[in-house]
Amino acid sequence: MFRGINKAKWPFLATFVLLVVAGAFLGWARQPRELRTDPPIAADLDHLRLMPNGISGAPPESYFAEGKLYESDAYNLSQGQRLYDWFGCPSCHRDGRGNVGPSFLDGWWLYGPEMVSIVASIRDGRPHGMPAFRDRMTIEEIWQLAGYVQTIGAYSAKVGATGRKDDRQTRPAENRAPARILFDEGPVGVHPDQGPSP
Amino acid sequence: MIVRDEVEDLRDTALDEVQLDRRLSETWSTPTGLWGALSTVDHKIIGRRYIYTAFIFLALGGILALAMRLQLSEPEARFIGPDRYNQIFTMHGTNMMFLFAVPVMEAMAVYLVPLMVGTRNIAFPRLNAFSYWMYLAGGLLLWIAFAVDTGPDVGWFAYVPLSGPQYAAGKRADIWAQMITFTEVSALAVAVEIVVTVLKQRAPGMSLDRIPLFVWSMLVTSFLIILAMPAIMIASTALILDRLVGTHFFNPAEGGDVLLWQHLFWFFGHPEVYIIFLPAVGMVSTIVATFTRRPVFGYLAMVMALVTTGVLAFGLWVHHMFVAGLPRLGESFFTASSMAIAIPAGLQIFCWLATMWAGRPVFKTPFLFVIGFMVIFVIGGMTGVMVASVPFDTQVHDTYFVVAHFHYVLVGGAVFPLLGAIYYWFPKITGRMMSETLGRWTFGLIFTGFNLTFFPMHILGLQGMPRRIYTYQPEMPWSGLNMFISLSAVILAAGFLLFFIDAIRSAASGPAAPDNPWGASTLEWATSSPPLPYNFARLPVVGSLEPLSNNSETLSVAGGLSVDRRELIVTSVVEALPEARESSPGNSIWPLWSALATTVLLIWSIFTPWAVVWGSIPVSIALIGWFWPKGTPEDDT
Amino acid sequence: MRTALVLLLSITATAAGGSGNQSALNSQGAPAIHVEHLIIGITVVCAVVWLLVMIVLGWALLRKRSSDSGPPRDRPLTTIVSSAVAATVVIIAALTIASFYTTRSIGLPGNTALTITVRGQQWWWQVIYADANPAFSFQTANEIHIPVGQDVQIQLESADVVHSFWVPSLAGKQDLVPGRSNSLLLRAERPGTYRGQCAEFCGLQHTHMAMMVIADEPADYQRWIAAQRENSVMPTYADAAAGKAAFLSKPCAACHTVRGTSAAGTTGPDLTHIGSRQTIAAGLLETTRGSLAAWIADPQTLKPGNNMPMVPLTSVELRDISAYMESLK
Repeated sequence: MFRGINKAKWPFLATFVLLVVAGAFLGWARQPRELRTDPPIAADLDHLRLMPNGISGAPPESYFAEGKLYESDAYNLSQGQRLYDWFGCPSCHRDGRGNVGPSFLDGWWLYGPEMVSIVASIRDGRPHGMPAFRDRMTIEEIWQLAGYVQTIGAYSAKVGATGRKDDRQTRPAENRAPARILFDEGPVGVHPDQGPSP
Repeated sequence: MIVRDEVEDLRDTALDEVQLDRRLSETWSTPTGLWGALSTVDHKIIGRRYIYTAFIFLALGGILALAMRLQLSEPEARFIGPDRYNQIFTMHGTNMMFLFAVPVMEAMAVYLVPLMVGTRNIAFPRLNAFSYWMYLAGGLLLWIAFAVDTGPDVGWFAYVPLSGPQYAAGKRADIWAQMITFTEVSALAVAVEIVVTVLKQRAPGMSLDRIPLFVWSMLVTSFLIILAMPAIMIASTALILDRLVGTHFFNPAEGGDVLLWQHLFWFFGHPEVYIIFLPAVGMVSTIVATFTRRPVFGYLAMVMALVTTGVLAFGLWVHHMFVAGLPRLGESFFTASSMAIAIPAGLQIFCWLATMWAGRPVFKTPFLFVIGFMVIFVIGGMTGVMVASVPFDTQVHDTYFVVAHFHYVLVGGAVFPLLGAIYYWFPKITGRMMSETLGRWTFGLIFTGFNLTFFPMHILGLQGMPRRIYTYQPEMPWSGLNMFISLSAVILAAGFLLFFIDAIRSAASGPAAPDNPWGASTLEWATSSPPLPYNFARLPVVGSLEPLSNNSETLSVAGGLSVDRRELIVTSVVEALPEARESSPGNSIWPLWSALATTVLLIWSIFTPWAVVWGSIPVSIALIGWFWPKGTPEDDT
Repeated sequence: MRTALVLLLSITATAAGGSGNQSALNSQGAPAIHVEHLIIGITVVCAVVWLLVMIVLGWALLRKRSSDSGPPRDRPLTTIVSSAVAATVVIIAALTIASFYTTRSIGLPGNTALTITVRGQQWWWQVIYADANPAFSFQTANEIHIPVGQDVQIQLESADVVHSFWVPSLAGKQDLVPGRSNSLLLRAERPGTYRGQCAEFCGLQHTHMAMMVIADEPADYQRWIAAQRENSVMPTYADAAAGKAAFLSKPCAACHTVRGTSAAGTTGPDLTHIGSRQTIAAGLLETTRGSLAAWIADPQTLKPGNNMPMVPLTSVELRDISAYMESLK
């Protein structure tokens, strides 16, 4: 049966083998989109170990085990983008450029750009007006939102960054606009209402 | 140069058959080995490759269909989750339309049209090689993405905003949109080649009224491709721009329009159906003529019906949008035009019936598939009339009724003729016959399995089952029919499995085929099975619609072509009077490099728009290499 | 054998069609009845045409051929084919005209007494009963009450992607397109519950995006309206009262509104009278205390990918919150 195939039919065979091998290899490498996080893992996401001054620290173990998916996975980032609107972030931070709350786009992170810091800011609140969202969002949602917030101000666009929204455009989308090209004249320093830096 | 020409310009008139064969083989054959395979521009090798690849995609798409039937066989099944299921039905539709149906029809044309019009190679043979590599790259892109869980999950028509930047996270929708670019580049390239081959390379004497119906159908199809595909390339490019660069083509808040996508998509998507169906019309006409032992009744009417269908195809697209909220008056126009396309389709059916009535049918496997086509396609046409009616469509749009309808049209109207065509031309392509016994079993299984699988879907749709749902609740009255459909799908799959077994087995060890096993009358049967690299030792001259019908021994031939370089005759568009000897480009590796460079550019541009700038550099280098004069005899014209 | 098959399937269809409350073949409202007549008419005509073509096909293939006669002349064939094409034209024209007449009869009349706005969301239906007096306006979700025998205009809008509103027993479908506003005539001739479902693929949970249209006698309808306008009831039992407290202190209140309490979230469905609705989670489950608890405990298993997060709750909280939800009649 295969004798006939050998004659000038190898492209057929080669294509087929290539497909199978590629499929097998990549099937092994695939990372399915997780729609439901196991409750123990979700609970573990709450176990941040912050530095005493509330800036930076160590994320929970499960965060590494899951491949840091809240800061790179496109699905979680896009969920974060929706949460940003649903939970009223724009009322203080507007489209990311800040208003009552600080800007995410000026390259200046009051508590550092690490995910733990952002998660802690959202979960526990911060002085000078940032409310705690611990009772309004689940910890998984907080991680998703933190990933998105980090993306708004990232210095170079992430591969999985979200695109523009179907809305009035007020600034370039996250996948177009690393914070760096949106910088105003250097860091803007401290917003008058925020008092001295922490 | 001139001196060499005078010394070495050897013409076929000066040689006897044995010498001629040796010299032409030296000039036209493809070297063996890897390099030869990668650099060949022989339309038969590329056409064969296209066909194999398309059938592999058919098998893969069929496996996806079975996976969906497994999930739907019982209510609230949990074999496949919603995320994967959405990818699977999107892959199934995309794969079957863009990687199987359109390419396989073009593949048949790439193989058959040059033989049927009596020339030695397709026009622009290197573009032909390029188009295959692009098609393969697009197919691999889609399937590899699917394997790593990045398969598109937005449906094969990818409606915005679901496929837009806000609601389709990740690169899934980009991969769908860029796969469109790959397959459309390749389809457009083939369409251009077919048009030029048919209009300028026909055998002397094959005036427009002597062109075989299959060639006519491919000519009309190619024009449809050239006119329809730019719409989808614009749409998919606009989608990528919206997603990656932040343009607002489809964003209502910034003055864009969601329905713009639907218009652009269906302005392509409806002609797409005819791009798939019209070649099948040609195949059916060819098979009917051969197996009823007479020419198709009403040649002129058939050609006019083909052209009318091709024109009307562009006036129907809104019937895919009857429930999108467009003005009723405008929709009425599209009801009328959608209904009207039944007239040329009916004319074709009547002509075939008249041919069968007047002829002496021989019930071989290819003809059985044509009979199956008549039974099934007429049902598909009838349900097509139904969905053309706006009120009717408001109840069945996006339900399983429509799923049933388009499978009746596409499988009945295109895959049945295609399988018939494979049984019919298999001896020409491989030099071996397929099994008549297995062929009958294949036909029986596919015909039975198909109807048992898809007919009940009409009823499910009317009972309120929407399409694209990954499960349904037990209280809905759908579970019995769904189980029945899933079991029937196994019969259908068994039929296709048998077909693949028969094809592979016959290709390896089937009985040797004579040059013209069916007693057919078109030119491809005038050469050996399989054809020699140069197709015809001496190019035929055609004096009737059926050049082989009177006496195949005395086919007149044209002489005076050079045998030292690849050369063919260019003829006039209408009368096919010889105009010039034209060189045909030889083998080249550059189409492969160009395709690779283009692939890099297109995939890279999913990630950053700068890829279009930097990626164009390798493409330019490859194209310069492609067109750089190599000093071969073919460079002189 | 084929005929037998078609017969068998038709019987199945009739049997099942009669029982379904989401079926184009079980029409209970004027627009759907007009369309059902059209469906039956066109189907009969098409079936007859198909049978004729099949008879001709069989005859053309199997007729006895005299062995010695020369090739048949084409002229009679030309006449026959021409008449067949002419007949096609006539049938097509007739069907087109029938279709136009039906289109006219399902269109919206100039003015309807009642307009209900439906906003499609991923993956539920927001239903807004607006009133000139804002105090009388209210919202509900996945359940639309209409009075029997009255033309109702459904105003269709989308909050995110394209959806399609389809209640087969009452009317054909109409898309909900972002940036546009479509409308649809709905009318029920008999009281009853008619199920509908999103018909345009709208993402992960397109499957579970159903809604109920409940046609009430006018008096019942007025009672229902009056009840819906009220704020939520105060819990009378201890567990429901505890549930209310838990509901307000947990993330629930950030997305859901319960009128009469501090919960005023707008992301998820309005829950003011959720206990009075027949189903929860867009037609996924019947409303019982058990199904409410199952849904609240693990929405991502029942409807993977939907926007309601799995909120960590103790078993007592879960029981209390479901009791509270059930009490919100």
